[in-house]
Amino acid sequence: MRPLTYAAPATAAEAVSAVRGDPQARFLGGGTNLVDHLKLGVSTPGRLVDISRLPLDTVEQTEAGVRIGTNVRNSDLAAHPLLRSGWPGISRALLAGASGQIRNQATTGGNLLQRTRCVYFQDVTTPCNKREPGSGCSALEGYGRYNAVLGASEACVATHPSDLAVALTALDAVVVVLGSDGERRVPMADLHTLPGHHPEIETTLSHGELITAVELPATPLARRSTYVKTRDRASYAFALVSVAAALTLDDDGAVADIALAWGGVAHKPWRAARAEAALRGRRPDESAIAAAVEEELREAAFGPDTEYKRPLLRGATTEALSRLLGGLDGKPGGTSEQEGAR
Amino acid sequence: MTANSVRAVAMGTAMERVDGREKVTGRATYAMENDAELDRPPLHGWMVTSRTAKGRVLRVDASDALDHPGVVTVLDHTTAPRLASTEDRELAVLQDDRIGFRGQIVALVLAETPESAREGARLVRVHEQAEPFSATLEGAETYRPDSSSVGSETDTEQGEVDAALAAAPVRIDHTYTTPHEHNNPLEPHAATALWRDGTLTMWDSTQGVHRVAATLAPMLGIEPERLRVRAPYVGGGFGSKGPPHGPEVAVALAAMWAEGRPVKLAVTRQQMFPLTGYRTQTVSDLRIGAEPDGRIIALEHAVTVQTSAIKEFVEHAAVPARMMYAGEHRRTSHRVASLDVPVPSWMRAPGEMPGMHALEVAMDELAVAVGVDPVELRVRNEPEVDPGSGNPFSNRRLVDCLYRGAELFGWADRPVAPRATLDGDWWVGTGVASATYPANFFPGNAARVTALERGRYAVAIGAVDIGTGARTALLQIAADALGVGVAEVDLAIGDTDLPFATVAGGSSGTGSWGTAITQAAQQFRADHGEAPDPGVQTTSTAQSYPDTEHLAMHSYGAVFTEARVHRWTGEVRVPRMLGVYSVGRVINPTTARSQFLGGLVMGLSAALFEESVRDPRFGHFVTQDLATYHVASHADIGDLRVEWLDDVDERATPMGSRGIGEIGIVGTSAAVVNAAYHATGVRVRNLPATSDAFL
Amino acid sequence: MEHVAEHHPDHESPHTSQHVPEQRITLRIDGTDHELTVDTRTTLLDALRERAGNTSPKKGCDHGQCGSCTVLLDGRRHLTCLALAVAYDGAEIVTAAGLAGPADEGDLHPVQQAFITHDGFQCGYCTPGQVCSAVGMLEEAGRGAPSHVTADLEADVDLTDEEIRERMSGNLCRCGAYAGILGAIRESAGR
Repeated sequence: MRPLTYAAPATAAEAVSAVRGDPQARFLGGGTNLVDHLKLGVSTPGRLVDISRLPLDTVEQTEAGVRIGTNVRNSDLAAHPLLRSGWPGISRALLAGASGQIRNQATTGGNLLQRTRCVYFQDVTTPCNKREPGSGCSALEGYGRYNAVLGASEACVATHPSDLAVALTALDAVVVVLGSDGERRVPMADLHTLPGHHPEIETTLSHGELITAVELPATPLARRSTYVKTRDRASYAFALVSVAAALTLDDDGAVADIALAWGGVAHKPWRAARAEAALRGRRPDESAIAAAVEEELREAAFGPDTEYKRPLLRGATTEALSRLLGGLDGKPGGTSEQEGAR
Repeated sequence: MTANSVRAVAMGTAMERVDGREKVTGRATYAMENDAELDRPPLHGWMVTSRTAKGRVLRVDASDALDHPGVVTVLDHTTAPRLASTEDRELAVLQDDRIGFRGQIVALVLAETPESAREGARLVRVHEQAEPFSATLEGAETYRPDSSSVGSETDTEQGEVDAALAAAPVRIDHTYTTPHEHNNPLEPHAATALWRDGTLTMWDSTQGVHRVAATLAPMLGIEPERLRVRAPYVGGGFGSKGPPHGPEVAVALAAMWAEGRPVKLAVTRQQMFPLTGYRTQTVSDLRIGAEPDGRIIALEHAVTVQTSAIKEFVEHAAVPARMMYAGEHRRTSHRVASLDVPVPSWMRAPGEMPGMHALEVAMDELAVAVGVDPVELRVRNEPEVDPGSGNPFSNRRLVDCLYRGAELFGWADRPVAPRATLDGDWWVGTGVASATYPANFFPGNAARVTALERGRYAVAIGAVDIGTGARTALLQIAADALGVGVAEVDLAIGDTDLPFATVAGGSSGTGSWGTAITQAAQQFRADHGEAPDPGVQTTSTAQSYPDTEHLAMHSYGAVFTEARVHRWTGEVRVPRMLGVYSVGRVINPTTARSQFLGGLVMGLSAALFEESVRDPRFGHFVTQDLATYHVASHADIGDLRVEWLDDVDERATPMGSRGIGEIGIVGTSAAVVNAAYHATGVRVRNLPATSDAFL
Repeated sequence: MEHVAEHHPDHESPHTSQHVPEQRITLRIDGTDHELTVDTRTTLLDALRERAGNTSPKKGCDHGQCGSCTVLLDGRRHLTCLALAVAYDGAEIVTAAGLAGPADEGDLHPVQQAFITHDGFQCGYCTPGQVCSAVGMLEEAGRGAPSHVTADLEADVDLTDEEIRERMSGNLCRCGAYAGILGAIRESAGR
């Protein structure tokens, strides 16, 4: 770990200018990912600007929905009554992530900006374009169980690890960003980028821009949202694939409105817009769901290590919608969520 | 003398762990936690490891590292103290420029703080010359080793195996694989070392203090008495802390360099993957020829494993097939590929765990093929004598374990056909497997009994409690052997200053150490009577215990599991596991139960999660932490139940006990995989059984 | 082929400064204030273990993947390995040692006693972290925080076995003492 200076400015604006003016500076939030990277040598900043003590730690009901301060801890957000009733899929995504201790520590903004757990990215002895641009991608021909299947490039096949980000993407969250020129709002779908030739770039934020809050619109759809995470271990593991889903039906039992986003498939949370379109107006039975998933996967690229993600995405999406519908026996309604035996 | 059997009073009684208070408060001192005994602040070591799998170190450029504040020195192969012996290339650390695997120690940074040591290691530039290397078992050339790493025969053959297989009415012929697995004790390998006045003192995280001393002293060119190894508390080992590994040599060399100043060295979790041993992957080609009623006619178990080119370790996975089931024609073999990879070593039930996995899945396949219940199939193949040696069994109660387990588990209610039960979105099935482990007795253990004031006694042996409960069980043994209450005995362990003890491994510890304690106590009584003067003592060494010759001595067990496989996602969960064991007398039911439960948990973990993925392009394990090498978490565990048969095996030890530390992992992964087959109809032949297989 | 095993990327200046920044912090550890001057790189775990002499929290992985370093930080369960000490100036930390009375006297915390009664450990290395995590978890459940396995997010928490297991999954036990840990926590939860 490189020697580094530490500062904890009193205001967000001071924090922004402290990082903005120093290419070697990084924001420090809960630290659950950055401190890991400092130890691994994956990140070698010379200066840390601690924003974790800034008073950006409240969840506030707004006219349009809810505004979540960037320093709200994952555990507090998951347990917040507003989220549990109005955006259950967000609570569930948070509760599916990490561990009780880490959720007590990790922040909302930091969760979105966590970096891939690709084993080669985290191992400084192997080439990785994300860590050292131009060095090559070791994962492309290497250990690929967690690799991307959508939107990847020859330069990078890493997946974004956040569960929260997937749920926020499905529910049309907006990220509030403070820069030296003031505040701007970035839709979740536009926050993260695909790797292309520059996998070292992961978001549309510029150096020194600070996420100060996340806003979620209140919608009938959001109230009927859930999150399914598949993983080898039953807990405390990153997703193989995950699905954030929300659904409303019309009187005929056909899909009135739907939101679907996938995790574990791409460099960013993947809004499954094609699958949504394929399901709108249709009865969400097993074959319709399978067809919609196939539609979304039309341009997917699978390798021997990731081939399993095709049936797994079908299964996980089916499971998510099944939970929202209280089973897939064709019963109309789908207003109550019934959790399976998990 | 030889020990006589002992009347059980404390033995067999549930007793809380005597070191519980220290452990639940965190005050128990592990290898890196003995600063209070040091009179100078320690130096902190950090290892630099190779980035080529085979080649030479051309130059170690430590200039940037030495410029870093707090870095004291960087030792490499040109500057480290010389070893007297470099024969063991795993242990010949920093002695020459050869690189035998990726992740080998090529430099050691010593610094005033852990932060400076870590950064110093990052700043060392190692110029390495790479040579072509091989790091994949698939397609590799193999050879026939002289013996396995437990000294068992490489190959055995009885009868006309090929002809019998060809003529058998029913044949099972499949390949089963288990992956590389890492022990991953929660306490990383670590040591504190101090070289002063020609004596080296090490606080080491080891399963055997005397073994470390006996191995390292000659290498360091000192008399064994000049090497004191202490291990008051050890945070697990599961075999990896059985023999010393490279980091222990590194810290010893550093201590010699730093004469008078202690050095602390912790292996990072990532560094444990190349440096502290692992279970090799195994490939089992298993062929069974049987009668239509399931009775085995012929059995062949051909095992292929890999080892490191710098040191041979042959996992003896075909050995259990020699004694487990009846059958006239039998062939077992081991072949090994020598690769440019980290050195494999001991991991809980080496040989038995992967070998029984293959055999017990194959037995399940045979049960399906002949339409015989899997419990009944095993009963039908019960041998009268050890089919390998022809020796009688001392106490073989596999059938009792199977029947008792079936009763407790509710096995009879099981539908015969697979994929018969869908509960909600979960396919449900049950599976069974047998377990076995040899009754190992290690000779040479010594114990000392000293009379204290007021009818109390001090008992000392250099044994190590790595979590097994030895500190508690040995106290119970000592009390019974002396005929006093446990409260009258002070037990000292974990120090080479105490009488010689063999390693905590091979499920041999309690039996071998306990025999020495029993013998010493009985000799003490013979020497000093029932009312000894305070201060008198007896030390006695136990070389053997009677009746072990010409007997096949093993423990047995039966494992039953329920598996649920999610119909949409293929995720596998195991809500129920039961193990029933025959292990002789259980000394302490409290700690023994935990040993069995721990074995079941590790077996479940192996069944579903554990796999160290080695990238053949680089030669190292790329899943090298606890986020990418999954071990079972609490949420993965369902209802666990363990029971043991009422047994006393006085032919095994004077306490009537056999070992219990390893049998819990044996067969367990097979029982899980067999249950998953019963749930889904999908047969998994390659571990781990992840969701992919069921989609 | 020769290659230099570079241990830092090219874009970083090859020579580090000769100065390692330090900062003065105060930590209240198990009821006692400790004023420490720490390297800014020092983790809370290393500050406790190597500087304050409190080795109750253990280093199992150093990367937030095992839970052995768990303490109660300002009343909540918290990892100390993924935390820089400088960022916790003024924090109140309770380790497993602090949950109990003084070493040879004083009572154990009820959770600690339950761990012993149920033999909820073997080697003991993950145990202080398990104990702190259990204490923190019971407090979380007590104030109604849901978990991944909570069927109804808006209902009261019923601390079933499944709930306990899920909530304790951030603490790995390689000895596999989970059944005893479950029993200990069940008892502590009054079940």
